[in-house]
Parts: sequence; structure tokens; C-alpha cells
Amino acid sequence: MGIIELTKAFKIPAKAKKIVLVGNPNVGKSVFFNVLTNRYVEVSNFPGTTVDISYSSLGNDVLIDTPGIYGVSSFNDEEKVAREMIIQADMVINIVDSLHLERDLFLTQQLIDMEIPIIVALNMMDEARQQGVEIEVQALEEYLGVPVIPTVAVEGKGIAEVLKSLDKARTGNKVPEIRDKLVPVKDFFPTTGEALLYLEEDPLVEVSGPLPQVHRNQEALYLKRRLWVNEIVKKVIKEGMEEATFAARLGHLLLRPFPGIPALLLSLVIMYYFIGVLTAQVIVEFTEEIIMEGYYSPLMENLVNRIFSLGTVTGYILAGEYGILTMTVVYLFGLLMPLVAAFYFSLSIMEDSGYLPRVATLTDRILVKIGLNGRAIIPIILGLGCVTMATITTRILGSSRERIIATALLGVAIPCSAQLGVIFGMVSPLGLGYLALYLGVIALVFIGLGMVMEKFIPGQSTDLLMDLPPMRLPRLKNVLKKTCNRTIHFLKEALPLFALGAFLISLLNISGSLLTIQKFLSPLVHGWMKLPGAASTAFIMGIVRRDFGAAGLYSLQMSPGQTLISLVAITLFVPCIASILVIFKERGLKDGLLIWTGSFIIAFLTGGILARIII
Amino acid sequence: MTLEQARIGEKLIVREITDPEMKMKAIRFGVIEGAEVICAEKLPYGPVVIRKGRQELAVGRRLAQRIIVEPQV
Repeated sequence: MGIIELTKAFKIPAKAKKIVLVGNPNVGKSVFFNVLTNRYVEVSNFPGTTVDISYSSLGNDVLIDTPGIYGVSSFNDEEKVAREMIIQADMVINIVDSLHLERDLFLTQQLIDMEIPIIVALNMMDEARQQGVEIEVQALEEYLGVPVIPTVAVEGKGIAEVLKSLDKARTGNKVPEIRDKLVPVKDFFPTTGEALLYLEEDPLVEVSGPLPQVHRNQEALYLKRRLWVNEIVKKVIKEGMEEATFAARLGHLLLRPFPGIPALLLSLVIMYYFIGVLTAQVIVEFTEEIIMEGYYSPLMENLVNRIFSLGTVTGYILAGEYGILTMTVVYLFGLLMPLVAAFYFSLSIMEDSGYLPRVATLTDRILVKIGLNGRAIIPIILGLGCVTMATITTRILGSSRERIIATALLGVAIPCSAQLGVIFGMVSPLGLGYLALYLGVIALVFIGLGMVMEKFIPGQSTDLLMDLPPMRLPRLKNVLKKTCNRTIHFLKEALPLFALGAFLISLLNISGSLLTIQKFLSPLVHGWMKLPGAASTAFIMGIVRRDFGAAGLYSLQMSPGQTLISLVAITLFVPCIASILVIFKERGLKDGLLIWTGSFIIAFLTGGILARIII
Repeated sequence: MTLEQARIGEKLIVREITDPEMKMKAIRFGVIEGAEVICAEKLPYGPVVIRKGRQELAVGRRLAQRIIVEPQV
């Protein structure tokens, strides 16, 4: 990542100040962003990466959100992006968790050492008080040398004060030793921030021209800052008796194999009933069959028929068997939207409650065996929502080896929520035995593939070192907002690809190529996997989107065994176009192609073997 | 002894973290050499959870083998 000018990248007016929100993960930063802006928020990729950045105007200025970080450095992609934005910030609003002052002030002090004008929002003051932690705000302000404002973002408390204090942002008191070390090098860099990062051995700082001989030592500077911060914390905090709260006890119980594992299984079962049964069957029946198939489709067909006649090529493309205005819309809004929303709703609850990191800790032991660590459970669970989004999230993993393993597993063995919805819908009527068999085969491929990659991919994976945030009751408003944003994001991304896919299939069908490809695939699909020949169409559709493929199986007449085989094969089949594009972008063309062809082979191989066993 | 050998509930002093990158990350979390921590939870063959004040950290087994600790007296 070279130097990317934020002003250009996000089309920020020249006079607008770039106000950047910075904080540790789970300190309520996104809540803060939402309350502060409370209007149309734009989300775009940080140039050259796939890290999504939200920004919005704030008066004449621009407020930019950043990924949660524990410090300004370059340990992973999210940190690199945050670091770039902090360097270019005109001022920073630093959100600090009152309950984790000691941890959070390291970042605060680093921002101060970088000589960036900041104000500190001391968030979650209510929780701190409840737990008997008293913080002397004024003293803290004096030690840091910057304004400190107590807030409770979820209740909107203190937000107005933060807005009023924006012009009071100041560069605070640096750690004395660090300040002295900066003096000889400061003028050789565009900003003091870059000079500091240079001294902290940051690999990305560009040096131009001759520099005076200085000793670069990350550890020494980090230790100085840590000790300095610890002193401040000691002086400003008065702690009452530390009682084990109910949340803390619950947090611990969830980590123990018992009741942790039963609790995890129970959560998955609840999720299954919520997504796979309630949404996939009850809600989808209403949205797809009654609203879409009952009212929308006939209306559209009628309308198109009046203008083009369904017999024409245009009419067929718009409203035929794979019509852009009929099938695409019906699948996307009638079938997928409710499923995806239900999934994101469950995921947001897991995130906001602090349960996700506990699941990561619990599963670390297994994930280590396939060359990952517990943190990788986050992209894997996300993959059950949307593989494309999950592939992007692999950037939180610590090494390129882990990112390749996780990406390949996501591309091959993790079905996305859209696909899962269709799969559950088809497998549930067959009974629990088939469901168990389906899950068993997929799990076997997942673990087998992981173990092979762990053995043959060179390099070393990183170890787990993860913060366990306190367990909290999720706020419904925040959960709904997240669900809504993510669902809209999904629809925006899926709609054009869906339409494109439907268009291509229609063309193939009209030109007769569909039959040719079906014949070509027939030995594989019919001979090897013992499926009806028409299932080939589903696989061709699956190249565009996996759920599209699964949905294509929906209307076929198949025996229970055939249904199972086809579902296993379509699950393991190639990642959708959107995913593969992201994989190319993130992992490069070579690895991307390897994953793509690999999943092709694994899908048909597993399907065929299964067919030999059960049919 | 190493963190891996600690018992649940044991109060410890961190003496050394032998993995350089993890050491930097630990400093940011507030765990430096000389820090007092409690072994809060140990998952069988899995991570060790340490607590420092209200901060809880999950430490992978292999990393726990590379953190030298001694019991507080």
C-alpha cells in the first residue's frame, strides 16, 4: 500500500477537515459513528484493499470511521488502513472504553506521541460506575493534555459535548523520552506521526533523503509508553471492590468445554430453527410463493408479454424461464433476502453480545490442527452468511498462510446463507438422518482439506492472542441497524451478478448451447454422480452464484439419495463469481485459479464417491 | 515455568515472552514482563485465558508454552 490520498479517494472537498474516529475494537465506535452522523453514510473500499470504510459529512467537515485497532502499526491489513488514515487525519476523535482504560490509553498515548490533535471520548462511563470504577476525568485530561469527555454512546449521552469540543482538539503531552527521541528525526518526515512510526520500526514508512543515525527500537518505545500509561491509570482510577458480575461468570462458563460446547451446539440449533425452519419455510413460503410467485411474477409476465410477447428473444430474457425481471427478482427478494437478513440478525447478536470471541477460544484447539487459530472461526461463521464478505474478513488473520487456508476452505467447503437456506429447505423434508449425513460429509471434506493444506503449505501460522470483551446484552436497535446495512450491501452486490447470470443462461438456452454443455457434463453429472441430466443446468448456474445453483436443483424430481448427492456437490462446487473475483484480488490469480479448479474437482469427486456408496 | 503449566486460579508474574511479535502485541494489551496476571481459565489442550484487572486475554496453547511465568508470593 503506497501513499493514498484520502482527499482524492473519498472525494473530500479541499477545505473540509478530515476527522477520523479511532478506537480499540468493541468500544462502541460504530454506535458513536451512527449517532454522530445520523444521516446518509457512504461506505467504500479503502483503495488497494478490501477494507470497507464508512464516512459521512459532519457540518463542513468529513467524519471517517476506521477499523478497531489496539495500536498504530502494521501487524495486519486493518491496522495498515487505520494507520494510513490516522497519518492523514486533521484531527482524531479517540473513543476509549472506561472499563479498559489501561489497554485503551496505549493507543491514545501513541496518537499523542504522533502529535495529532485529538479529543478523547471516555465511553461507557455508566458501566464503569456500575462496576465501581471511578475515573477522575479532570486529572486524566491534565495528564494527557487533551480534552476528555465522558460519554454513554448507546444512550446518546455526551455526544453533543463531543461535537461542541471538536475545535478544542489538541496535541497532548508526549512521553518525555519519546519526545526527546523524535527531535533529531522529526523534520525529515512530512509528519511527526511518520517519524514516530519510523522509530517504531514500522516497515511501511517511506524514507526520503539522508537521515541522521538513530536507533530504531519498537520494543523500547512500546515499553516506555506502556509504563507511562500505567502510571497515568494508577493516578486517575479509583476502583471499588471487584466483584465477579453475572456477565463475567457467564463469560467464563461459555469457555469451558462443559457447558461451553453444549451452549455452542444449542446456539447453532437455535440458529438453524430460526434461519432454516422459521425463515426458510414459514417466511419464505409467504414471500416467495404467495407474494412473488402469486402476484409479482404473473403481473410481470403479463406486462412483458404485452410489450414484447414472451415468444421473442427479448421477452424470453426478461420474463422467461430464467427471466431477469421474473426469476432473478423472485429468487433474490422472495427467497434470499429473508434468509440473508435472518442470518445477519443472528450474527449481529453473536457479535454484539461478545459471544463470538468465546466461540473462537473454544474452537482454537481444532482450528490449530488445520493450520489456523481460533480467530479464523470469525471468517468461517461469516462465510455461512456470505463467502465473499468472509473472504474479505480473512485479512484479520495473522499470516498469509492462514489467509490462504481460510480462503480455500471458504471457497470449497462453506455454504453461504443463501445457499444454506435452499439446502435446508430441500434436506429438512428428508428427515434428520439425511441432514446429519449432509453435515457429516461437508465437515469431513472441510477437516480433510484443512489437514492436507496444513501439511503441505509452507510457512508458519500465528498463535491466538485475543481480547475477550465482556459479555453484554445486545441492543436491539444496533443489531437491527447492522442487519439492515449488511442485507442492503448484500442485495446491492448480488443483484447485478444475478441478473447477469440469468441473462447468460437465457442466452445459452436460446442458442441451444445449454443442451451442448449439458451433454458435455452429462457423463459427470448423470453417469458419475447418478443425477438427472437437467441437474447440469444447476451447476452451470452455480458458477455465477452458488445459491443460484442450489435454487436450480429445487425444481428437479429427485430421489432422497440423489437430492443429498446433488446438495453435497453443489455445496463443494466453485465459489460464486463475486467470491472468486475477491479471491483473485486478495490472493492473486494463481491461488485463485487453484481454488476454483480444486473446488470443481473436489465437488464432483465427493459427489461421485457418495453416489457409489448410497445409490 | 511456562504459562501452559499454570493452574486455574493461580496468580502469576510474567517473566518473559519469547515470541517477538506477540511480545509487542502483549505490551499493547498491558501484559509486560513483570505484570501480575491470573490464570483465569484453561481449556483442555486449548488456549489459556489470563486476566489482568478487567482485561481478559485468550492465549493459544503454543504461545502459552513460550510465555515464562512464576507464581506470585
